[in-house]
Amino acid sequence: MDLLLKNISHSYGDTEVLRDISLDIPAGQIVCIVGPSGCGKSTLLRLIGGLEQPDRGQVLQVGSPPPGCLNPLTFVFQDFALLPWRTAAGNVSLVLEDHHLGKKKMQAIIDDVLKRTRLTEFRTALPRQLSGGMKQRVAIARALAVNPSVMLMDEPLSALDAQTRELLMDDIVDLWTRTPFTAVYVTHNLAEAVRLGHRIVVLSRRPGEICEIVDIDRALNRRALGDADLDAQQKYLWSLMRDQAIAADQELLDV
Amino acid sequence: MSDLRPTRPVPFRGGGFSPERKRGVGLLVFVGLIGFLEFGTRVGFITNLTMPRPTDVFWTLVDLWRSGLLWKHLVPSVTRLIVGAILGASAGIGVGILIGLFSFIRAGLVPLVAAIFPIPKIALLPLFVIWFGIDETSKYALIAFGTFTPTVVATYGAVDNVDRGLIRMGQSFGLSWTSLVRKIVFPGALPGILSGLRVSLAIAIILLVAAEMLGAEYGIGAYILEAGSLYDLERLFAGVTILSILGVSVSVLIGQVERIFLGWR
Repeated sequence: MDLLLKNISHSYGDTEVLRDISLDIPAGQIVCIVGPSGCGKSTLLRLIGGLEQPDRGQVLQVGSPPPGCLNPLTFVFQDFALLPWRTAAGNVSLVLEDHHLGKKKMQAIIDDVLKRTRLTEFRTALPRQLSGGMKQRVAIARALAVNPSVMLMDEPLSALDAQTRELLMDDIVDLWTRTPFTAVYVTHNLAEAVRLGHRIVVLSRRPGEICEIVDIDRALNRRALGDADLDAQQKYLWSLMRDQAIAADQELLDV
Repeated sequence: MSDLRPTRPVPFRGGGFSPERKRGVGLLVFVGLIGFLEFGTRVGFITNLTMPRPTDVFWTLVDLWRSGLLWKHLVPSVTRLIVGAILGASAGIGVGILIGLFSFIRAGLVPLVAAIFPIPKIALLPLFVIWFGIDETSKYALIAFGTFTPTVVATYGAVDNVDRGLIRMGQSFGLSWTSLVRKIVFPGALPGILSGLRVSLAIAIILLVAAEMLGAEYGIGAYILEAGSLYDLERLFAGVTILSILGVSVSVLIGQVERIFLGWR
């Protein structure tokens, strides 16, 4: 299933956040959206996921979701959004319970996704007992459980420290290499974008408009930390964003 | 060259501001206070007219128990408390959740609740007697009504405080409305609801006594009123002691419920 964004504009009151965004998100690819803070990246993601409605324009699903898909557009949130009163397995089971799958099928799915995110031993742990990286892995397991067509990842690594972030990036690359999934990945971190994105969409500062789309052809599992090509790409992206970021920063100070 | 500048340890400025569990301190305060009264009444700087001697109160309680009158007063009181409080608290939690979830209901009911809250409910007892009769029902209604308003306020406040991010998460996974309320909103609001219940149930005990003072043959309130009109301080304090024990029991009960349902905190 592909996603097609047609001329999306959106405002909060008098503040125009997004202007005329048109974008194609092809199946099986990770599309990263980067931009200075306050440029409407997260708003765009919520519009794509149907948590908000755009003032103008449309988000279209092209084709039908694959069989066995329980929730085509599935979010992974920056703050994990785990229920603190449920265990790791309980948080995964939450999103399956409404689908009447039967106990056995549900157990099988939970076991499978916890195994894929290397959380099998922690299935009975409560969120407060888990580290930030593990919490985000539970959230990713929960997203995988509903077998999404498109994962909508809203700065999933931003609340984590640099080392955990590096490890979790490897996890995401592993997951994608084993079974490619479609994802829209919002981040302000350019290093994440060049490591995980097949296509990188650079937004301008508010009101967010697409200022450039960069494709990176190299396979995800062949992109390592400190790669010269990737560094060059990252520098290029930063050169696109630098002035915008400075201006956005000034603007935030004015508010 | 040795360093001659003054050297001293960095003063400690942290700590505090985090409640810790201290065992036995509460008990010590009770024992100290009662011991002081006992000592004072025995030595004589507190006269028997100002304060009854704690041991006398204790023996009054024992007599009450031996004669079987204790149960005759306690059973109807506790029944009234349980029935009234369950009616009021469950209605309060229900309405509170509805106010928290629906803007229309909130707009309609919050001013009404604010208008009802400050009314001393005991002033409405005659009204309840006309509506429900002089027997138990009017007492249930009074206690229920008194428990209802604080529970509503605590509950919708607790629902308002549920993390919106969790609700968005539930919506993004396509959870049904009932699942959202049952699995996210209600458990998220439970801590606030339970701490609200501590207040509501204390109010329920106060109203229980007030209702029994105004018209009941048996009940702790009736017992206290009778002792009070005879200026029988020992029996008065025996009644008050029973009420305190009732209050502490309710508090312990809620503490247990919190330990079972809020272990995740």
